[in-house]
Amino acid sequence: MTKTAVNKKSEKTFWERNRDSGGYLLKKKVSDIAYRIIRVFLLFGMCFLILQPILNKISISFMAEEDLYNAMVIAVPEHFTTDNYQLAAQFMDYGKTFLNTLLVSLSIAVLQIAVCTLVGYGFARFEFPLKKFWFACVVLMIIIPPQTLSTSLYLHFQYFDILGIIKLLTGSALNLRGSALPYYLMSMGCMGLKNGLYIFMIRQFFRNIPKELEEAAYVDGCGTLKTFFRIMLPDAAPILTSCFLFSFVWQWTDGFYSKTFMGNVSLLARQLQMIADRLDHYIVFTLHDATGASVGYTNAIVATGTLMVIVPLIVLYLFAQKGFVESLSSSGIKM
Amino acid sequence: MNYGKKYTGLLKRKAIAGYLFILPFILGFLIFMVRPFFQSLYMSFSNVEVSPQGINSVFAGLVNYKRAFTVDTEFNRMLTEQLGKMVVNSFAIMVFSFFVALILNQKFKGRALVRAVFFLPVIISSGVILGVEYDNALLSGLQSTIENSTGGGTSITGAIENILTTAGIGTKAFEIVFEVVDGIYDVAIASGIQIIIFLSGLQTISDSMYEAADIEGCTKWESMCKITFPMISSLLLVNWIYTIVDFCMRSDNEVMEKISDTMIVKLDYGFASAMAWVYFAIVIVIIGVSSLIISKGVYYYD
Repeated sequence: MTKTAVNKKSEKTFWERNRDSGGYLLKKKVSDIAYRIIRVFLLFGMCFLILQPILNKISISFMAEEDLYNAMVIAVPEHFTTDNYQLAAQFMDYGKTFLNTLLVSLSIAVLQIAVCTLVGYGFARFEFPLKKFWFACVVLMIIIPPQTLSTSLYLHFQYFDILGIIKLLTGSALNLRGSALPYYLMSMGCMGLKNGLYIFMIRQFFRNIPKELEEAAYVDGCGTLKTFFRIMLPDAAPILTSCFLFSFVWQWTDGFYSKTFMGNVSLLARQLQMIADRLDHYIVFTLHDATGASVGYTNAIVATGTLMVIVPLIVLYLFAQKGFVESLSSSGIKM
Repeated sequence: MNYGKKYTGLLKRKAIAGYLFILPFILGFLIFMVRPFFQSLYMSFSNVEVSPQGINSVFAGLVNYKRAFTVDTEFNRMLTEQLGKMVVNSFAIMVFSFFVALILNQKFKGRALVRAVFFLPVIISSGVILGVEYDNALLSGLQSTIENSTGGGTSITGAIENILTTAGIGTKAFEIVFEVVDGIYDVAIASGIQIIIFLSGLQTISDSMYEAADIEGCTKWESMCKITFPMISSLLLVNWIYTIVDFCMRSDNEVMEKISDTMIVKLDYGFASAMAWVYFAIVIVIIGVSSLIISKGVYYYD
């Protein structure tokens, strides 16, 4: 009631006000609406651009082989089938590989973040000689492509030895290739996938915590370790979650490190790379069709396999979206 | 080095604690970085033979480098192509992510959803999945059949490209532009992190600054040039370096594929190291020079 009354008092119609402003109001209103419409189109287009390959894969994964070559079938399969999923699961040995990947990604992510937190905290809150030098090493680690060093690391692990001790004991150097041990060792030493980046982000976060908090803890009788565990760690939960999620996801899809340093451990990312050959093999030797798999069918199976690899990640993303985005933007990455 | 005088008492204890905290990194760096670093450098200058007893490296001078540049038929071409692509794509990614961050910083309905979608590629297009997508032969096969059956060049960019190139205006520059437009998907999926970083920067700029500019009679365009750009210029540097590094490490990188192929399949460790070092040196130079140039223009607010 009161609102309309107030409105009535100062009420001039839009056109009257427009006349008062010399046409400015109308112009502003029109350009505002035009801008909004353009923005909707742009955003819709770009979102579609990003989502389209996934939607495409979903529709292909339910198609039978004949649908793939039928020009009339575009998005909705005519012969709906889940055979593709069964085949892809069989080729990747999905159940076992999934558990394996989950275990490896989880343990690696926990290990990497634990170590990187220690190191990041050390860089952020302590003064010690050569600090700048060591931090320069961290930056160097971010910049050097791991491929540059992989050649010699690869050999390093084939004839693994720590200062000749192992050779002394057993007579020959240890061959660590073929197991996941090299990568766990590397993770313990912050040399895993993008670990430099995690150290950088965590350090950035710890630097922003006020010094008074730390001093208060010391005055109240906390030691260095107790301050770290009781005061600093709980505060850092968001950035640690964020780094953990990244570490987990990137480990899940990583091909390079797992190919070079994880030996024969069966992981989803590696199985996915081999899925096309497996299909070919299956068709030639099991179905006795010498022509092998057709291009379209191979692609359908690869698409299905890809979906099966990324679906767990998408589910994780849906639940932990805040963890991925918000803490990253609040950590204030600056140079 | 005598730090005893400077670091005594509490300071000394804190220094020791600091070293204990970063100890894992130092160990890891020494064991897994320093040795391989020099070893790989040495291998690039030598002939490496792998025998059951171990690795035999015989110093051979610049042979591997000569081979990479003069004998090998693919390396030069791949390297220049890859570096050209890197520069063009990095530019495109920077512009795209800045633009998207500007839009996503405004208030509108469904903003959270759009943000989630733009960030999705960081998760689902990492690692091997990118490589797998690029093998999508069916799509390219379909595309070529469609183009053949309809007489070619029916896409909008294709049509515009035809018009412009026949009109004869600076063809080379246009080619690059069209390459970027055609590859907009690659750009979009590679700019998730950059968008978030720009967004975080945009959010720290206080509204009062824009308001003041508005009252003084700044147009939107002027306030973007005079306020937004300087305020996030430090993030520009971070993003630029991140983009280049990210591009170097992508699994669909031709040069990287060749290197790991030479190493793992052909077991030619010396040659692989030489190629890796050439690539790395060029990337470092590009990062160094460009960040020097950018850091000249960076404005620090506080």
